[in-house]
Amino acid sequence: MMMPDDLKYTKDHEWVRIEGSEAVLGITEHAQSELGDITFIELPETEKEVNQSDTVATIESVKAASDIYAPLSGKIVGVNELLKDAPESINRSPYKDGWICRINIKNPEEQDNLMSAAEYEKFLQGE
Amino acid sequence: MSYIPHAKCDQQKMLEEIGISSGNIDELFSGIPEELRALSFDLPQGRSEFEVEKYIKGLAKKNATDLVHFLGGGFYDHYIPAAVDAIVSRPEFYTAYTPYQPEASQGTLQATYEYQSCICRLTGMEASNASLYDGGTALYEAAMMALRATGRNKIIMDGGVNPIYRKMMYSYTTNLSIEFVETPVSHGQSDRDRIYEYLDDKTAAVILQNPNFFGAIDDHVDIADKCHSYGALLVESVYPISLGILKTPREMGADITTGEGQSLGIPLSFGGPYLGFMAVKKDLVRKMPGRIVGATVDMNGKRSYVLTLQTREQHIRREKANSNICSNEALCALRALVYMTMIGKEGIKKVAQLCLDKAEYAKQKLSEIKGVEVKRSSPTFNEFIVRLPKDPNMVIGKLIDKGITPGFPLGRYYADMEDYMLIAVTEKRTKQEIVVFAGALEEALWG
Amino acid sequence: MGLIFAKSRPGRTGVTLPLKDVPVECKLDKRYLRGKDAELPSVSEPEVVRHFTNLSKMNFSVDSNFYPLGSCTMKYNPKITEKIAAMEEFVSLHPLAPQLIRGGMLTQGALEITSNLEKVLCKITGMDEFTTHPMAGAHGELTGVMIIAAYHRNNGNRKKHILIPDSGHGTNPASAAIAGYDVITIKSDKNGVMDLGEFKEKLNEDTAAVMLTCPNTLGIFNPDIKKISDLAHKAGALMYYDGANLNAILGKARPGDLGFDIVHLNLHKTFATPHGGGGPGSGPVGVKKDLEPFLPISRIVKRSDGTFTLDYDKSLSIGYMSPFYGNFAVMLKAYAYILLLGREGLIEVSENAVLNANYLKVKLEGHYDIPYSEVCFHEFVLSASKQLKKGVKAIDIAKALIDEGIHPPTVYFPLIVREAMMIEPTETESKETLDKFIDVMIELALKAEEDPGVFKSFPRNAPVCRPDEVKAVKDMDIADV
Repeated sequence: MMMPDDLKYTKDHEWVRIEGSEAVLGITEHAQSELGDITFIELPETEKEVNQSDTVATIESVKAASDIYAPLSGKIVGVNELLKDAPESINRSPYKDGWICRINIKNPEEQDNLMSAAEYEKFLQGE
Repeated sequence: MSYIPHAKCDQQKMLEEIGISSGNIDELFSGIPEELRALSFDLPQGRSEFEVEKYIKGLAKKNATDLVHFLGGGFYDHYIPAAVDAIVSRPEFYTAYTPYQPEASQGTLQATYEYQSCICRLTGMEASNASLYDGGTALYEAAMMALRATGRNKIIMDGGVNPIYRKMMYSYTTNLSIEFVETPVSHGQSDRDRIYEYLDDKTAAVILQNPNFFGAIDDHVDIADKCHSYGALLVESVYPISLGILKTPREMGADITTGEGQSLGIPLSFGGPYLGFMAVKKDLVRKMPGRIVGATVDMNGKRSYVLTLQTREQHIRREKANSNICSNEALCALRALVYMTMIGKEGIKKVAQLCLDKAEYAKQKLSEIKGVEVKRSSPTFNEFIVRLPKDPNMVIGKLIDKGITPGFPLGRYYADMEDYMLIAVTEKRTKQEIVVFAGALEEALWG
Repeated sequence: MGLIFAKSRPGRTGVTLPLKDVPVECKLDKRYLRGKDAELPSVSEPEVVRHFTNLSKMNFSVDSNFYPLGSCTMKYNPKITEKIAAMEEFVSLHPLAPQLIRGGMLTQGALEITSNLEKVLCKITGMDEFTTHPMAGAHGELTGVMIIAAYHRNNGNRKKHILIPDSGHGTNPASAAIAGYDVITIKSDKNGVMDLGEFKEKLNEDTAAVMLTCPNTLGIFNPDIKKISDLAHKAGALMYYDGANLNAILGKARPGDLGFDIVHLNLHKTFATPHGGGGPGSGPVGVKKDLEPFLPISRIVKRSDGTFTLDYDKSLSIGYMSPFYGNFAVMLKAYAYILLLGREGLIEVSENAVLNANYLKVKLEGHYDIPYSEVCFHEFVLSASKQLKKGVKAIDIAKALIDEGIHPPTVYFPLIVREAMMIEPTETESKETLDKFIDVMIELALKAEEDPGVFKSFPRNAPVCRPDEVKAVKDMDIADV
C-alpha cells in the first residue's frame, strides 16, 4: 500500500502535507479502499476556523459515510472544488488530485501528534 | 390459533437435533435467569377466527356509520376507486418488507419511483421522498430540514397552518432551541405585514399552508420572493386534491412542500395509517429525510430501481442521520400512486372542480339561512367558514342526531372564533345532501 | 417493465366521476390557478390493474417466499386480521369525530378497542400504561426519549446523554440525537452483550437513559440486565427497552419485570401486522406509572358509565406525537391477532421462533463462522468471513439465495460482526422450509470453496442483477418528470 514518506498521518487514516504555514489534507490509500466508490463529499466553507479533531468534511460512498477530522487547528483557506463534480478523484488519486482542503496552521506544535509514514504503516498493521 | 406449522412430532425431532433431549422446549430459554422470568402473563385464552370476528364486529357496531360528512379539517371523505383496494390487497405488495434487496423487490421499488414521479408532477417540485408518516410529521421534518440547510434557527409559522400540525411542531421541538414566531391570519389569508416584520437573516423558513385551515386560497409568490431575499426557505403545506387546479407550491416559489396524502385514495380509518408526502427542489435532496428510490442500470445494462442516497439515513449515519425515520408508509404511498394513475390527468382536475363547485353551492344554500354568515373575504377551495348566530356545539349535536356531521367548531383551536364552524364539501356530497344539510341546520337554529 | 407513464394516452381515464349536480360554475382568479395541468398518466382501469399486478410479481413477500430477514420478524400475516380491519365501521370513521360535541358517542367501538389494546399490551410487557400514538417503531423511540426528557426536566435535571450499545439498531442513536441528547456508544464484550465495565465507567449523573434491545440484535439475552437497570436507576437514569425483538420472549420475560421504565413495540413485527413493503407500522409505547403524566395527548379515559372519552388536558404531557390516536387500522389488526392467539398461543410464538432459530444455527455451524455461539433467541448472526477468504462475501451469498427463491437475511448488520448475515426465521415456517434453507446454505458454502468466481453472476433468475448503486447516487434519477 502506498504511503508517501513526505507526508504525516493520523489515526483516522488522513494524510497531511505541511507547506510552510499551511497544511494540505486528504485521506490515505487505505481509507479510500475501505470506503469503496466515493460518490459525494461535503466540503467545508473557506474562512472557517476549526480546532484539531473537529469535523471538516464528510465523504460518502454508497453504503457508508465517513467524517474527516481536522488534523490541525486553523483556518480553512482552500478546498478542492474539483471534488464536487468528481469525488471519485479520491479513489483514483488519494494523495494528489484527491486532496480535500488547505488549513492555515494555528498551533504548529500540534504537528507532534501526527505519525510518520513508518509509524502509520505500523499502526495499520496493528489495526 | 398461532399459525405455527409444526406438529408436536416435528418440534420434538428438532429439539433432539439441537441437543435438548428432555424434549422440554422451555430449556431454550435457560439464558433468562430464573429470577428474571415473567412475573405474570395474564391474558385470555385464544379464540377462533369466527369468534374474534364476531366479537370485533360487535365493537364495530358501536361506531356510527352512514354519516354524511361535512367534516374535514385536513382529513376528507373522498371517493376511493375499488381498484385501489384491490391492488394494495395483493400479498406481493403488503407482505413484503422494505426493498433492501433490489433483485427481490423491483415491484415495490418501481412503484415507489412512480409515486415519487407523480408527487413531483402534482406539486411541480423536482424530487420527492418515498413518504413519511403523515402530514404533521412531514411538516416537522420540513422545518428540521430548513434548519439544517440554512444553519439558522428561527421559524415563522402562519396561523392558518392546521392547528394540529402546529401543536405537533411545538411538541417535537421542545428539547431543541428553536425560535418560533406565529403570525395570525388576516381576512382569511397570510398576514404579509406581520410575516415581514419578523422575517430577517436569521430566519430558516416561513411555513404556510394552502388552502389554509379555513379553506382560504392564497397566492404566496410575494412571500416566497421576500423569503428568498433573506436567504430563508419557503415551506408550503398543501392539500393534494386541490392541486388538480390550484397553483402549485413550485409556481409559488416554495423550496419544500409537504402535505397529508390521505385524500389520495386512503380511507379515514379513525386517524391512520395516513401518508406524509414531501417534495423539494433538487439542490435540497441530500438534506431530505426518509427513503428515496432511484433509477439505475444493472450488470447487464437493464433499467433497475434501488434505494439510493442511503447515507442520509439512520441505519448508516446513526446519531448523525437527517432523521430517525425507518419505516415509512409504503403501502399508503402505493394507494396514493394507484389513485393518481386511476384518476389521471383529466380526473384530478374534475375532482378538484367538483369540490370547488359543490362547496360554492353549499355556501349559497347556507347563506340563505337567517343569521348564518358565510365568510367571503377570500376565495376558498372545498372548505369554508360560517358564523352562526347560536353556539356551534349545540348545532353540531343536533345535526349528528340526524346523521350529519356538519363541520368543525373553530373555537376548539381559535379562542376568538367561538361562533364559527368549518365546513368541508367533497365530490361525494350530492346536491340533495347539501339541501338536506341546509334544511337541518336551519331547523337546528330556528326550528 | 415500462413506467406507467409510458402507457398513458390522451383521453383515457380509470375513473368515471359523478356528473355535476349543482347549478354552479365556480371560476377562480387566474393567479390562484396552476399554469399547466398536472401530468398524471391517463390510463384505463384494466391497464392500471395489469401494470400493478405485473409489478407485484417482481416482489418477494412472506406469502410467497421464506423471508428470514433478521430483526424484521417477517412472520405470516393472518388473513382474518385484514378482513377485520376492512370493516366499514372502522374504515369510514372520521378522526375528528370524537372532538365534536357528543361525537365521542359516534366512535365508542374504536375507543374501546384502543383502550383494550393498551391494557393487553401492559400485560404482555409488564408496564402500567400504554399509548398507541406512535406510528412506527422509530417514532415510538422518539416518543420514549421525549418522555425521558420531560421526566428529567420535571425533576429539575438537565441530563446530557444516552448510553447505547454498539449492537443497537441505528434508529436508537438517531432518535436520541433528534430529541436533543448526546449519544455515548458502549462496546460489546466477547459474549456479544454490552461491556459491563465500560458501561459502569460511562454511567454518571449526566446519563438520562440507557437504550437496550433484549435479546439484542445478536440474539443474546443479557443475563446482567437487572444489574444494569439497578445501576442505571441508582444513577438517576431511566431504562429504555427497544421492543423490536419482543417476539423472542413473549410470555417468558417482560421488560417491566426486568427493570425497564419505557418500552416501544413494533406491532408490525411481534403482532403480525403486514410490513406493506416498508410501512405503515405502529409503535405503541408503554411506561411505568411514574411516567404516565408525560404520555402524549390525548389519553383514553373510561367513564363511570362504561363509555370512553378522550382527555386532552394533560399539563405534563410531551404533547402531540401524531395527529390523532396512531395508526388505528394497524392497531386493530394487532388487537385481533392477540385475541386469536391468546395466552398459550403467544407463548407458542416465542417458543417456536426460538426453536427455529436454534435449529438453523445448529445445522449451519461448521459451515459458517458463528461469532457468538451460545444458545440464541429468535435470531442469530452468521459471518461469511470463512467464505470471504475465497472472495465470496455475505452479499454474494445473499444474491445466490434469491435464485433459490429465498429472501436473503439482513446483511452487514449488526456492524460489529464482519460479513454479517442476521437470520430470523420466525415461528411461522415449517420444518421442511427450514430444512430446505439449510440445504441451500450448505450447498452455497461448498460452492464458495469450489467455484467462488461464479457468485459474482448471482442472481441469474431475478428480474435484475446487481443494479449499479454508484450510478444511482451519481445520476440521482429519482423522478420521471
